[in-house]
Amino acid sequence: MLTAAGWSVCIFERGRNHLIDLDDPHRLLDHFTNDELKFTERHFLGPDPLVEPRTFRRSADGDVDHEHVGEVNDLPATVGGGGVHADGKVPRFREDDFRLRSLLGPIDGASVDDWPVSYDELEPWYTAAEIGVGVAGDAAANPFASWRSGPYPMPPGPPMYASTITASACERVGLHPYAAPTAANSMPYGGRPACINCGFCAFYGCPVHAKGDPVAMLQRSLLTGRCELRPDSFVSRVVVRDGVAVGVEWQSFDGVVRFEGATRAVVVAGGAMETPRLLLLSGLDHPLIGRHLMCHFQTFVMGSLAQRLHAHRGRAVTHVHDDHVVVDADARAAAKSAGLPWLRGGMVEHAGPAHPIQEAKLYPWGAAHVAAMRDSAMRERMWGFCMQGEDLPQTSNRIDLSPSVRDIRGVPVARVTYSPHVHEQAASAHHSVLLDRALREAGAEWTVTATAPGDISAWPVSKHVMGTARMGSDPSTSVVDPLQRVWSVPNLVVADSSVFVTSAGYGPTLTLVALALRAAAALAGSA
Amino acid sequence: MSLSPLHRSIVTAACGRLIPGSVAAGVVDYIEGLLGAFDVSPPRVWAVTPRGSAFHELSPFEEVAWRRRIGDWQARYDAELPLLGDDFAAASDDEQDARLRAQPALTSLLYEHACEGMYGAPAYGGNRDLVGWRTIGFEGDVAPRGYSDDEVALP
Repeated sequence: MLTAAGWSVCIFERGRNHLIDLDDPHRLLDHFTNDELKFTERHFLGPDPLVEPRTFRRSADGDVDHEHVGEVNDLPATVGGGGVHADGKVPRFREDDFRLRSLLGPIDGASVDDWPVSYDELEPWYTAAEIGVGVAGDAAANPFASWRSGPYPMPPGPPMYASTITASACERVGLHPYAAPTAANSMPYGGRPACINCGFCAFYGCPVHAKGDPVAMLQRSLLTGRCELRPDSFVSRVVVRDGVAVGVEWQSFDGVVRFEGATRAVVVAGGAMETPRLLLLSGLDHPLIGRHLMCHFQTFVMGSLAQRLHAHRGRAVTHVHDDHVVVDADARAAAKSAGLPWLRGGMVEHAGPAHPIQEAKLYPWGAAHVAAMRDSAMRERMWGFCMQGEDLPQTSNRIDLSPSVRDIRGVPVARVTYSPHVHEQAASAHHSVLLDRALREAGAEWTVTATAPGDISAWPVSKHVMGTARMGSDPSTSVVDPLQRVWSVPNLVVADSSVFVTSAGYGPTLTLVALALRAAAALAGSA
Repeated sequence: MSLSPLHRSIVTAACGRLIPGSVAAGVVDYIEGLLGAFDVSPPRVWAVTPRGSAFHELSPFEEVAWRRRIGDWQARYDAELPLLGDDFAAASDDEQDARLRAQPALTSLLYEHACEGMYGAPAYGGNRDLVGWRTIGFEGDVAPRGYSDDEVALP
């Protein structure tokens, strides 16, 4: 957007570049491979927790500095960021998601508010994002979707076999599954090939670049000749003078802090954990920076089917359903029982484990090992649902700078303080009952329900992190204005999910891309 | 870094009990390759291709992390393998299993590495002739052919 408007742009990325040749004609690299060790065990996409840990604590009560040091909701630190490892489910939010306070009212202990932008205002940017990234989907398939001005750029790819089983079962219990809108080419698009269904999708870079990760837009920008990409370049401070962002301080491996000036604007897009870390390192002092951290509350309902499912083939998730986002009479009754005015779940992904190292490490060793791996109760037969439940914004859930732990450069790391609201737990308990019924309807011989945070870990594990530089129309209750400009530094723009007011029950990627396009257009003077 | 002949014999016997067939699949070579990752340059950490012999360069920070991680594993093997007994390889199957159960921390480390060597990409020294994947019917790396739409959607 900015390079197209004639701006010169310099991109600083703290991680490595495994995505695109820095030299013209910027061909796509071949570093992404079908290698479980490399991607899921050995931190190929970074960050390595020994280089850049985070800390976690459930509460600021008492005198607990942290309960855990290491990985906490880590998104890749690499050129392309979270888009590289994601399996590319890119739903839009619904109209209701932007005005929860007006529609449903407040909830005690949470900062539920309306967004300063409506779905109608954002719709053209959603459309632009879907075209720019390349999204495959069926515009008529989801009865709960909000209006849209046109079809998806591509039709959906093939459904996974296991997904067809659970989709049919869901329909039989009254749910409405549909083909997940996916940023993976179902046909050649944007100069990139169609997905080959290789199955190494979630948590892997795409070996053929069929995913519409940021490479789609990045390559176009680089080809203008007005965009410079600097990997291995950690920005440690945005330099602000008299309310104007004048540049950044950055460093590479030698530890020498250098200054790069910015004549027009500085855009921060480090994700909802690294962005507030940088704003705080830069000395910005708005009391809400880092507050309202939201991570989707994940409810897993999994079971084992009798037949082999070959879940290692395909795009990792090919069906989803949205029924649990809607506040119906049952949800209201469940909310009342929990002492809440309302509750909402989130989009449900139909998914299961697919790769053998992950599976093997969970089985016992010994004589039964090989038989267990051949029978494969997990990799070949386990399937079910993951609900990305709406996580209410709470001021006490936050990112701040660790007082005791520093990264390999000596810079304070992000400290995560997080506990779910009773809303998330009540919504999970309510909606998991129907998900369990649907899974048994699909033929599951046994089922199990688990949550994260909760059963799986003390800290959230969802990669959907949001809300730490909230946008709004009032500088006393928000960090950035409706065009994502920091109130006190108008040429400093936050262009990631930090600006989200509420978390909805949908993956944040398409919404953050649409918002970033809108903010960039405003910067460039065309919106 | 690597395993002494005695420690290699212990690791070999232990892996044979943890995952039957894994020694023939090369898991001991995998573990030695991991401990000796920095014996080659670039180090044996991230394979360029799943079945090749080339590895990616590490950044200076990544090298610090991997030298520390591998150093910790080497120290644990050095300190804990003797707990299984120098005569471990000569002990009976039942005796070996009992000694492994008596050292859960070491056994957990050995098992994790054995799983990686058995079911990881062959570029790292294990899964020889793809026996790990073939044994369990896993098709593994199929790029760039991938799967047809029918292979994805049908039983």
